[in-house]
Amino acid sequence: MTTRDPGLQPERTRLAWRRTALALTVVTVLAVRLALTGDVASALLAAAVVLLWAGALAACWDRATGSGPTPVGPRALPLVALATAGLALLSVPLVLRAMW
Amino acid sequence: MPVWQAIRRWFDPSELRSVGTTPDYRFSLANERTFLAWLRTGLALIAGGLAAAQFLPPLPLRHLREAIAVALLLLGGTVAVRAVDHWARTERAIRLGEELPVSRFPAVLALLVGLGALLLVAAVLVKGLGG
Repeated sequence: MTTRDPGLQPERTRLAWRRTALALTVVTVLAVRLALTGDVASALLAAAVVLLWAGALAACWDRATGSGPTPVGPRALPLVALATAGLALLSVPLVLRAMW
Repeated sequence: MPVWQAIRRWFDPSELRSVGTTPDYRFSLANERTFLAWLRTGLALIAGGLAAAQFLPPLPLRHLREAIAVALLLLGGTVAVRAVDHWARTERAIRLGEELPVSRFPAVLALLVGLGALLLVAAVLVKGLGG
């Protein structure tokens, strides 16, 4: 650490990761709620959604809790983004199943 | 650039770190926060789709509610994928000292969301006036 950063960039970045994790959790809860229709296919989709959520949280854990300015490699970014896209894709059949 | 090559680049930090020079870490962190803000935008669209599917009353047009929900879900997924692609291209440009990539995507997204809102206003009015 050479100079003190007056912009508190690492802290802001860590808080941004936490907000994102919170948003991911809200989406997961909404998807699981939609799946509470009692049929097996929806339950399987909901299980996949929860797995994706857990994987995304594991991927961003170091960035959301670390203390250094640049923790581990930036692999967390594509992982969380693809998990989000996966949540969206899994939600499509959930919406269609809830319609009937 | 082939799609698989772009995806490989997202996941390969050493490749990303081999080009150009390492910038002031604050630039990288700002780029990362911009990515996270886009990701939350995508998550908000997905949450909107899931909420529409379970909390909206049936709309006057058959299956309009589900169509809105699916459109929001696909839009949200697209925003998430484009966010990570834009992050990787921006990081590269910063390291190489090039111009930051420009994109039409924010304008297109804003127009789509605005158009969708107008359509919903029309649907609500039709329902309200038509009884």
